[in-house]
Amino acid sequence: MAEFLNALSTHAFLQQALIAGLLASIGCGLVGPFVVVKRITFLAGGIAHSVLAGMGAALYYGYDPLTGALAAAVLAALLIGWVRLSWRTGEDTAIGALWAIGMAIGILFVSKTPGYATDLMSFLFGNILLVPARELWFMATLDLVLLLSVALFYRQFVAITFDDEFARLRGVPVELFYLLLLVLVAVTVVLMIQVVGLILVIALLTLPAAVAGQWTRTLAAMMGMAMGIGVLLTSGGLALSYAPDLPTGPTIILLAGALYLISAVSAGFLAKRRARRAVRSMNEHRDG
Amino acid sequence: MQGQSQRVIEAEHLSFAYGAVPILEDVNLQIEAGEFLGLVGPNAGGKSTLLKLMLGLLTPQQGRIRVLGRPPKQARHRLGYVPQYPSFPRDFPIDVLNVVLMGRLGVGAGLSAVLGTGFGGWRRRDREIARRTLLEVEAGDLESAPIGSLSGGQLQRVLLARALVGEPELLILDEPTANIDQRLEGEIFELLARLNTNLTIVVVSHDIGFISSYVNRVACLNRTLICHQTESIDGEMINTLYGEPVRMITHDHGTDDHEHGQSTGAGAHHARGVTPHG
Ligand SMILES: Nc1ncnc2c1ncn2[C@@H]1O[C@H](COP(=O)(O)OP(=O)(O)OP(=O)(O)O)[C@@H](O)[C@H]1O
Ligand SMILES: [Mg+2]
Repeated sequence: MAEFLNALSTHAFLQQALIAGLLASIGCGLVGPFVVVKRITFLAGGIAHSVLAGMGAALYYGYDPLTGALAAAVLAALLIGWVRLSWRTGEDTAIGALWAIGMAIGILFVSKTPGYATDLMSFLFGNILLVPARELWFMATLDLVLLLSVALFYRQFVAITFDDEFARLRGVPVELFYLLLLVLVAVTVVLMIQVVGLILVIALLTLPAAVAGQWTRTLAAMMGMAMGIGVLLTSGGLALSYAPDLPTGPTIILLAGALYLISAVSAGFLAKRRARRAVRSMNEHRDG
Repeated sequence: MQGQSQRVIEAEHLSFAYGAVPILEDVNLQIEAGEFLGLVGPNAGGKSTLLKLMLGLLTPQQGRIRVLGRPPKQARHRLGYVPQYPSFPRDFPIDVLNVVLMGRLGVGAGLSAVLGTGFGGWRRRDREIARRTLLEVEAGDLESAPIGSLSGGQLQRVLLARALVGEPELLILDEPTANIDQRLEGEIFELLARLNTNLTIVVVSHDIGFISSYVNRVACLNRTLICHQTESIDGEMINTLYGEPVRMITHDHGTDDHEHGQSTGAGAHHARGVTPHG
């Protein structure tokens, strides 16, 4: 740990990695809770994986892979949203197909691009230590988009995730906001790809929010806490992986998984103990 | 719009089927402004389906329905609705006040109705209205309770408040008191009767005897409208509706000092509950 702190003060790349983690955590907090409470983890997974098509194509044609990722993510979000809204049956099969097709397209493009192996690995598993300053600005812009959208339409997003039938009766354009929510998920996925890679994105998107959900009672509190947990996980993972020279993305995800397990077990334990105490104190009142 | 402003609901030759199964056949129903209509009928008779047609959540295969003189989808923000079953996950992290506030979405005109005004949050006025309405349905103390922690009857009162805060012109209630104890059921119908002075109400209930002392018309639905009349319901009509002899249990419902509703004949007026027997 001391070694990490020492290195942090001297190496600009570590400072940038830390900032990248913070920027990704904003997405954890703003969008993760919606994914968790609306139970669209599978959809989000589909969006995340089909991003590879866009990154591969951008690489092949010589564009910035992150721009390609953003375009592919938004397209995948709209496509998956459309499938979800218009197909009554078998939608999960269709989403699974989009998931795989996106990855297949991406791998074909990447394999036809010279020097693909390292690129592919960093797309899939992220490389937080190699985030250039330019990309930090890109991430900050995406955060701004998320922040503005959620701040402007917080009530509409809550309404459609809570009870879309009632939201529709109140005149909220439910389909529009549903698609917008999926686009925000797409933006968040792109935000996190640098940090943990697209295979592991889904864990960083949902686990902090799920942990926060176990300890909070309102969506707003859940968002704040998920953001904080995101910061802890990304900086913690970075620090832990530095000295033994482990890949950072998987370290962050393992940390997230461990936190989720501990949180689930202790939340369950505390709830049971509270209930036992309540009954016992009732008995004491009656007897005493 | 002007000429039809008195007609709140106008359904003509309405037929509806889910898939191949016909649910409603040739339903004709007019509801005037200021009415308090009770909708009764056996299970699976199509009551909830008819309400969803009024709300524009379903579209009829045949016939025409107008709500406040317009197609249902254009009028729906002027309606309040309490569904028979809550259509949300009970474990959603939200408290009662914020559930009720959702009924304030779409209040107002133009763009602000769609997007809401204020940056993300609710205005103080919206909160005040929501709190006041919670008090009216005797759920003031539940304000900050998580929605998942409520009992069935508490939840129904909260959903009623959510329907009321939108300042509706027509209130559509699908068995709003099915889980509510007898004292509160009486008080909620007293509240509805008071609200009825400036809004129209359609309420589905299985408690024919009880509602007949509050509503001013009863419509009976079993695939099609069997009756819609002002008089009290007599035993014979109920038999036609349910298709078998029905025993009416006579016992009073809480205090019996409500004045609202048409004065009705003897018999059904004091009946509570109708149970098939045979
Ligand atoms: N979403 C649906 N898909 C297919 N059939 C449906 C659907 N909803 C209702 N039905 C059928 O339509 C019929 C009428 O249902 P509806 O809910 O309107 O009855 P109801 O009069 O409200 O009954 P209850 O008193 O039990 O609430 C039933 O036979 C039911 O099986
Ligand atoms: Mg029903």
